[in-house]
Amino acid sequence: MDKQSPILELKHITKRFGNITANEDVSLEVYQGEILALLGENGSGKTTLMNAIAGIYYPEEGQIFVNGKEVSINSPKDAYDLGIGMIHQHFKLIDVLSAAENIVLGLKDKRRYDLKAAGAKIREICDKYGFDVDPNQKIYNMSVSQKQTVEIVKVLFRGADILILDEPTAVLTPQETEKLFNVLRNMKQDGKSIIIITHKLNEVLEISDRVAILRKGRYICDIKTSEADTQQLTDAMVGHAVTLNIERKVPVDPKDKIIVKNLTVRDSDGVEKLKNINFTARTGEILGIAGISGNGQKELLESIAGLQKIETGSILFVNEDGTEEELVGMDPKKITDMGITLSFVPEDRLGMGLVGNMDLADNMMLRSFRHGRGLFTDRKAPYELAEQVVKELEVNTPSIRTAVRKLSGGNVQKVLVGREIAAAPTVLMTAYAVRGLDINSSYIIYDLVNKQKARGVAVIYVGEDLDVLLELCDRILVLCDGQVSGELDGREADKQKVGLMMTKLGGAEHE
Amino acid sequence: MNRIPLIHISRRKDIVWYKAWLIRIIAIILALVLCGIITMVTTGLNPIKVYAAMIDGTFGTTRRIWMLCQNIAILLCISIALAPAFKMRFWNLGGDGQALMGALGAAAVMILLGDKIPNGLLILIMVVVSIVCGAIWAVIPAVFKARWNTNETLFTLMMNYVAIQLVAFFVIVWEVPKGAGKIGIINQNTNAGWFPQVGGSKYLLNIIIVAVLTIAMFIYMKYSKHGYELSVVGESEPTARYVGIKVRKVIIRTMVLSGALCGVAGLLLVGGTDHTLTTTLVSGRGFTGVMVAWLAKFNPIYMVLTSFLIVFLQRGSGEITTAYSLNQSYGDIITGIILFFIIGCEFFLNYKVSFRKSHKEVA
Repeated sequence: MDKQSPILELKHITKRFGNITANEDVSLEVYQGEILALLGENGSGKTTLMNAIAGIYYPEEGQIFVNGKEVSINSPKDAYDLGIGMIHQHFKLIDVLSAAENIVLGLKDKRRYDLKAAGAKIREICDKYGFDVDPNQKIYNMSVSQKQTVEIVKVLFRGADILILDEPTAVLTPQETEKLFNVLRNMKQDGKSIIIITHKLNEVLEISDRVAILRKGRYICDIKTSEADTQQLTDAMVGHAVTLNIERKVPVDPKDKIIVKNLTVRDSDGVEKLKNINFTARTGEILGIAGISGNGQKELLESIAGLQKIETGSILFVNEDGTEEELVGMDPKKITDMGITLSFVPEDRLGMGLVGNMDLADNMMLRSFRHGRGLFTDRKAPYELAEQVVKELEVNTPSIRTAVRKLSGGNVQKVLVGREIAAAPTVLMTAYAVRGLDINSSYIIYDLVNKQKARGVAVIYVGEDLDVLLELCDRILVLCDGQVSGELDGREADKQKVGLMMTKLGGAEHE
Repeated sequence: MNRIPLIHISRRKDIVWYKAWLIRIIAIILALVLCGIITMVTTGLNPIKVYAAMIDGTFGTTRRIWMLCQNIAILLCISIALAPAFKMRFWNLGGDGQALMGALGAAAVMILLGDKIPNGLLILIMVVVSIVCGAIWAVIPAVFKARWNTNETLFTLMMNYVAIQLVAFFVIVWEVPKGAGKIGIINQNTNAGWFPQVGGSKYLLNIIIVAVLTIAMFIYMKYSKHGYELSVVGESEPTARYVGIKVRKVIIRTMVLSGALCGVAGLLLVGGTDHTLTTTLVSGRGFTGVMVAWLAKFNPIYMVLTSFLIVFLQRGSGEITTAYSLNQSYGDIITGIILFFIIGCEFFLNYKVSFRKSHKEVA
């Protein structure tokens, strides 16, 4: 299948946003029946390039050929007409409609609107590729993985031969990812071409036939997956050699720092989010929290940070001298006033940890604005801190005065983590600190977390990538359905066991 | 499939200041040209003469310039009062009512205590009472919003009507002479509670007070801890809670400030210039102020410019409708077109429009 003519060909594509060049002179080919992985760091222009093919953006320069004919793609409809469909990172579905209604929505059909026929066609597509979709199910009743499936079926329904998936696995559990990959393989068998954007190198190696690498908006090279390895891909992506080891030192003199006892939390609807949680976080140690997203991780961290209304239980902070202080009933300001420096990198970076419309310096000020003299804020220290964070963490930003929402995901995260660590915390909590980050940025974050551990900080690390949790953490607490499913030693735990505990309460303990 | 979009719109990262001003000036020129064409077609008048009349109506005499400054001062006072509320994303549409309550408070003190206590003390009490009245009118919806998350837009709007009814009631209570249905000039003989004239003008003191308040508000919003807190609350409440800002407290505190400053505007109208109380005293400035604040993106210093623009358009269009005995709507049309262009040019400040070079065909 190799030396046929490409089904999709990009020639010298350049796309600019104002003064920023997102893609420069990118040429790329896609062949029929192949899975091409598009790899690159955060902000390297992968999504922009794909959006240009899908008709979201129109490139300033360059040409696009489909089946050897030059085309001009002005809208997603043009893209569909050419057999190109994109599944975006953020789903574009209407919650109150059913799967079938969402799939046919926007189709220009001369004939009468016939949902039954559409349903039949949807079932046919599902059977062909092994999807699992009920056409009549409403979107709001669906899991993230089901919604993604609807998006893929929507694209196939419109007759797409070239499918673009933008980070499809970021929101999936390992099992769901496996299911998705099986479907992708089926589609490939059927002669479809697939372009997949992902940060996870093991997935790239597992699913793709060929890898194309972008760096800083430019096309670097393409490598046959069968001839590639993790190290080689990383180096090509980053542009220089990177060490891919997470150092795990033995904790030095761990002491109890945060003791959680019988913690129970309900949400505003009265649903129990956390049930009778018990654990201890110790100084100089990384406590990993594993679990499928949405099993109480958010509530747990927010409880400790003083942001959650607590039903019953206690959260004790142990002082240097061994005395204990109750954190339940405190708010973040009271906790700070007690002299406890508790740093928290929340899951929703722009929604909670940072203010998107404010610049870097003003975001640094979130933690320090009370330090100013009298009525006024001190604006100099945050500015200097922002400069320092930008320099030390290699934040890619036009200036300190740039609004944070204009930065790419990885850089936003660096700003947040940088600020939280700069406070010299005694407790550091991070939720999905590397979600959406490229490999280089991820390793910078792991390194930062490890440095805090070496400083004697009690680190609570909520993660989703089991490989990383097993490499990084000293102890791992597994959450399932708001309960502690088990606690394991990070050095001895194995992936299978943790995976089981994530899906079944106390899963592995019976074995 | 080979059609290429001719016009290409892209977001600007940032824009140099002189370019931004060039775009604004072009917008105003275009607006004037369009207004001119409409003037010629619909009225047959020479547009240059019409514009000259507008300018003459605003700047023509010393009195007119004083009136212009006075109108700017009052509008600006209400606009800077609304700015922190809007920056906090609290839609305070109750500026009219809050200012009217301040006016009511000041008038009540003048009528009830006038001549009974020394004038200096009287004015001091007027200041306190009008500020408290304005603040109360603003804090009621704020408390409801902070406690029960009620919709502040409707709430503040409705409070305007309550204020108007209250004033209407007191106008009848205090009417002079009985049966007149209006209060007339308060303390006309004694001038009790009238602000002292500065520099021989009854307008200058108001203007100075508002200038000081404007600068103070600029500093408050940009450099103070309170100003920082209210902008964080406006941008994201979860973030505010995350850093330990008490959202309820900030909402209530900011609205007290907003209402108090509206109250000051009412005070300046009653004590400084008008010396009377009517239901139409504030004449919709609580709403015009919303536009002034948004146009200036909540920067009190820019609000000086935007309030000047609005007042100029109001007074200028008023002048031409009387000078050429045109329909009242004519002035509104001119004002509408000019505002449309000024607001519309924001698009060109945020987006770049370029024409695509046609690139060569490939067979």
